[in-house]
Amino acid sequence: MSVKGFKSHPYIPNSVPEVEQEMLHEIGLNSLEELHEEVPDEIILKNEMNLPEAFGSEYELRRHVEKLLKKNSSCDDNLNFLGAGCYQHYVPAICDEINGKGEFLTAYGGESYNDFGRFQSLFEYESLMAELVDMEVVNVPTMDYSQAAATAIRMGSRVAKRTGVLVPASMDREKLAVIRNYCTPDLTIEEVKCDEKTGCMDLADLKSKLNDSIGVVYFENPNYFGAFEVNSREIANAAHDAGAQCVVGVDPISLGVVAVPRSYGADIVCGDLQPLGIHMNYGGGQSGFMATMDDPTYVLEFPSRLFGICRTNTEGEYAFADVAYDRTSFGHLRDKAKEYVGTQTALWGITAGVYLATMGPEGMKEVGETIMQNAQYAASKLAALPNVSLRFETPFFKEFVLDFNKTGKTVKEINKALLEKHIFGGKDLSGDFPALGQCAMYCVTEVHTKEDIDTLVSALSEILG
Amino acid sequence: MKKIDRSSKVRTGFHQAKWDEPVIFELSKHGERGILVNKADPKVAEAVEGVNALPEFLKRKEAPALPEISQPRVLRHYARLAQETLGADVNIEIGQGTCTVKYSPKVNDQLANLPQMREMHPLQDESTCQGIMEIMYNTGKYMCEISGMDRFSFQPSGGSQAILGMASLVYAYYKSRGEEKQRNEIITTIYSHPSDAAAPHVKGFKIIYLHPDENGYPDYEAFKAAVNEHTAAFFVANPEDTGVYNKNVLKFTKLLHEAGGLCAYDQANANGLLGVTRARDAGFDMCFFNLHKTFSTPHGCGGPACGAVGCSKELEKFLPAPLIGFDGEKYFYDYETTNNPSAIGKIREFNGVAPVVLKAYAWIRSMGPDGLYQVAKTAVLNNNYMFKKLMEFHCVDAPYIPGKQRIEQCRYTLETLAKETGVGTADVQRRMMDFGMHYWQSHHPYYVPEPMTLEPTETPSKEDIDEYIETLKYVFDEAYNDPEKVKNAPYQSVCHQLDESNMDDPAQWAVTWRCYLKKFQ
Repeated sequence: MSVKGFKSHPYIPNSVPEVEQEMLHEIGLNSLEELHEEVPDEIILKNEMNLPEAFGSEYELRRHVEKLLKKNSSCDDNLNFLGAGCYQHYVPAICDEINGKGEFLTAYGGESYNDFGRFQSLFEYESLMAELVDMEVVNVPTMDYSQAAATAIRMGSRVAKRTGVLVPASMDREKLAVIRNYCTPDLTIEEVKCDEKTGCMDLADLKSKLNDSIGVVYFENPNYFGAFEVNSREIANAAHDAGAQCVVGVDPISLGVVAVPRSYGADIVCGDLQPLGIHMNYGGGQSGFMATMDDPTYVLEFPSRLFGICRTNTEGEYAFADVAYDRTSFGHLRDKAKEYVGTQTALWGITAGVYLATMGPEGMKEVGETIMQNAQYAASKLAALPNVSLRFETPFFKEFVLDFNKTGKTVKEINKALLEKHIFGGKDLSGDFPALGQCAMYCVTEVHTKEDIDTLVSALSEILG
Repeated sequence: MKKIDRSSKVRTGFHQAKWDEPVIFELSKHGERGILVNKADPKVAEAVEGVNALPEFLKRKEAPALPEISQPRVLRHYARLAQETLGADVNIEIGQGTCTVKYSPKVNDQLANLPQMREMHPLQDESTCQGIMEIMYNTGKYMCEISGMDRFSFQPSGGSQAILGMASLVYAYYKSRGEEKQRNEIITTIYSHPSDAAAPHVKGFKIIYLHPDENGYPDYEAFKAAVNEHTAAFFVANPEDTGVYNKNVLKFTKLLHEAGGLCAYDQANANGLLGVTRARDAGFDMCFFNLHKTFSTPHGCGGPACGAVGCSKELEKFLPAPLIGFDGEKYFYDYETTNNPSAIGKIREFNGVAPVVLKAYAWIRSMGPDGLYQVAKTAVLNNNYMFKKLMEFHCVDAPYIPGKQRIEQCRYTLETLAKETGVGTADVQRRMMDFGMHYWQSHHPYYVPEPMTLEPTETPSKEDIDEYIETLKYVFDEAYNDPEKVKNAPYQSVCHQLDESNMDDPAQWAVTWRCYLKKFQ
């Protein structure tokens, strides 16, 4: 019988046959097959798994994966105008440098004694985000914007002690699907109509749906269509008047220039960290944050870990530790805890902290200005094309909806033609929002030069004839 | 110069990097900048309103009070904090039991950092994503082969979200049968990860806990008594944190199937079972693998990660959308399979954490079937080697199946040590750090008194394991000879013993720097 296994594998020191034998003998065994004696024979896998044999060298592995990845055509190889929740922004080199450091990259669940730097950098992330959103408490990050919104909604419903939730009909269908799954069966989610002209929440419809069962009103600034909710204050007031909590989602990279949600009445703020120094990663860079004021009514509803500054037994020394740990499912309460916690996206939190520390107040202001200028320029040039218009008349941040209904072409056709010119056109909304007909959502940020935008405009002009 | 003495393996000269690094706000110097930001082209800026287009109430009036720090100072600050972090790269990872902290190959990280991965937008046209889609499709196939399941989703981005994913699958299954209100109980065990209770509870399930029998298996009689017409599923790991493999697992899955329930296998940590036994063969309808554990991707201080959820053919139509399909020529997003009103919809935005899947793919391809088998065998060998050595110590014991093998980890008890010296597991944990070692006790609540949970994986060498054992012995000896020394540890860490008495007090806790300033300055 041939010897099973892979001897002297570079990642497995004790696969060296002599060492393996020595250790087996130490525990009174002769072969690897004698291990797993507790696994009943009837469920022991008799055949070798049908998997490709290992590459013969690291070099061959690298060549293989590189060849596969060359089948991708990235936003580096093309001009990209896709957003819709994942955004192309400039990633300062220092962000990659820090999150690539092996100590951070390979740390996990140590205590302050082992992982002081991990605790401090996440405490600093919480603190930097708190300044950006002008709130007092920010969590160690959760999965993504959708999860942050879903959890913020559940937190709000617990504070309000009600189970009804109102969300805008303009909402990202993916995010709504995450929220529905996460909140079912405990909460009831209902959509508030979108004003056809503005793309904003229909105030009259909101008011008609508010009653004493509604615990949370959720909306976003900018909303999914890129537009600012011009009636934010009225929405928050209406929610509060009805005894509901106001939960607001934001794009954090806008907050150097855009007012924070607390200024118009938000109780809980949430959003995605990905714009803050994290590559798109095919959607793998998403990372969710939540923020509240330092009121135990809210703080004790967070399911996430909250790292706080902590004393030590040595005068003048400080460290970092979990605040109100037993809230979390890591504490003693398990299913009686607030939702659940686990491995989420801590490294992206550290990265967002590095980004904010590097950008500073001036950098955040400038990036907001550049984005708004570039996006407005692109929108005005594109809307000036024959038969193309802006679908909504509302001020927007970096995304806007272009209406192609009068062009006689579908967005699918247009995007296919753009792709041939190495341009990724805006997200086709015709599937998710059929009422809009042939509309596409374009995203323009600080990475786009005037030349990039002009290239898009002339390409579209050519395609639309 | 005298001969260098290596007679002791214990790193008595160790000291963790300690920089007394200020909190980043303290580094702020007005006027300093960390980076210059590109401005809009002057012609662009002239042509538009810019921020003036904002309604007045939406204009930020005061700049955020972020620190102002030049780039080298930002870099140095974080480089120092990195040094104060004991990642797996610099440490013999044995002490973080249940976490499978193994070697994360650098080549895989480098591949995931290529622009053809990093600079991919998730909504790009399928034709431009064929490389990563092929990787995800094939990784799904490999996972099926390893588990015996029929289809995998990579959307859940952590083990706990994967448990939520499994609970959502259970919910969807009963919803499709109109039984979601009736089938509202999930049975799990006290030794399962806390999320096996907490995440299903989020999906509205009532949680029933099983305690172990004298062998450490979930108590079968209690299980039988718990199973009824309300039982939706059984969520369990095997082995659990004790490292004891439940030999009777087929009896459990069979009974639950007869009662109309589903069986969900928590395989967050499947490291000891690769190529040895498979979830489906033990009667499970679904399972999940943590790619950041068994499949080597780095833990990232706690994510980004992936909890890949697999299930049987019968359940695949409820998985989150989209799946990835292959028509023989090209890979495509498969929305059809899950196109039914009971399906989960989405667990996470887009397509999960693709770079993590890529790293797991590369790892599997560097192992092959022989390598995966070797991983399982060496991980189990390492653990049983360590188990034998540790059980020779008078003050160490491990509950259940005396004299029998464990799988890949073990939860020991230091009850004897605590009784005889007053030194408890928390003291040992802090003292181990003085020698550069992680050490983990247990999830809460502690069902094993004075627990110590160790998992050597396949990564450490025999010498590494011996060093860990010798270091533990050194600390145990200290506990008998000089207990105060251990109780007052650590001495060689970044900080001394924490005083966490303020962490539950709203008047004193400070989750952010601004709260600290408000409360203490």
